[in-house]
Amino acid sequence: MDIKAYIALSLTLFTTGIIGVLVRRNAIIVFMCVELMLNAVNLLLVAFSKMHAVSPAAKASLTYASDAQIFVFFIMIVAAAEVSVGLAIIVMMYRNTHSIDVNFLNRLKN
Amino acid sequence: MNTQIIFILLSLMAIGSAVMMLASKNPVKSILWLIVVFFAISGHYILLNAQFLAVVNIIVYAGAIMVLFLFVVMLMNLNAETEPVKNYRLQFIGVISGGSLLLILLTFLMRTPVAQPVQMKVGESGLIGKLGMTLFQNYVLPFEISSVLFLSAMVGAVIIGKRN
Repeated sequence: MDIKAYIALSLTLFTTGIIGVLVRRNAIIVFMCVELMLNAVNLLLVAFSKMHAVSPAAKASLTYASDAQIFVFFIMIVAAAEVSVGLAIIVMMYRNTHSIDVNFLNRLKN
Repeated sequence: MNTQIIFILLSLMAIGSAVMMLASKNPVKSILWLIVVFFAISGHYILLNAQFLAVVNIIVYAGAIMVLFLFVVMLMNLNAETEPVKNYRLQFIGVISGGSLLLILLTFLMRTPVAQPVQMKVGESGLIGKLGMTLFQNYVLPFEISSVLFLSAMVGAVIIGKRN
């Protein structure tokens, strides 16, 4: 496959995530759309790494094409940490306001 | 030829499930659709021969993160009736602005002359041996720092979630 197909797919998934953040008001769904955007970027990183795997520089170096996949691994680590803290914040917010509507959060005080 | 068919099928599955995730009113259904998206992306990883990332994607995203989301949604007892809905005009504006962003990006993508093939179904760079060598030779310090990040996230989640 051409690299352009992968870029187009990632762009579509990323834009779907953006539309979700703009359209939905449920805080959990907004959070899931952020996860979708992270996954689109991960897919693009892996595709680029496999694009560079055929270059002559990859033949010379042992770790050339694996760097991007290590980045994807670290993105997954950060996403897991982010989800645990973010869901704790959403649960806290639900406990205080009995709603997960993001429009209730337009004021930080009260 | 076969690879192209699988690529198109997986892409349609990913995009369709992502749209369904946005469209469904029930949060539990949204979560299940997002799991389908993650499985499709894992299929893409397998097609690219990034086997380690495919397995980690399923374990971490579909197995851990989405189950956490499901737990939270079911603890809060959310369903389609309690779902907050934005008014129609704001939804329309959101879809139009996102769609035009996608249109502009795709137009620029089609106009770029660069076309490079991606190595599919073969290649050593995604196998666990090579990734392990890379991780523990070049990226030891970020790996250790990420364990500190996990510890702080755990402490933060407990402190935030605790009742006063």
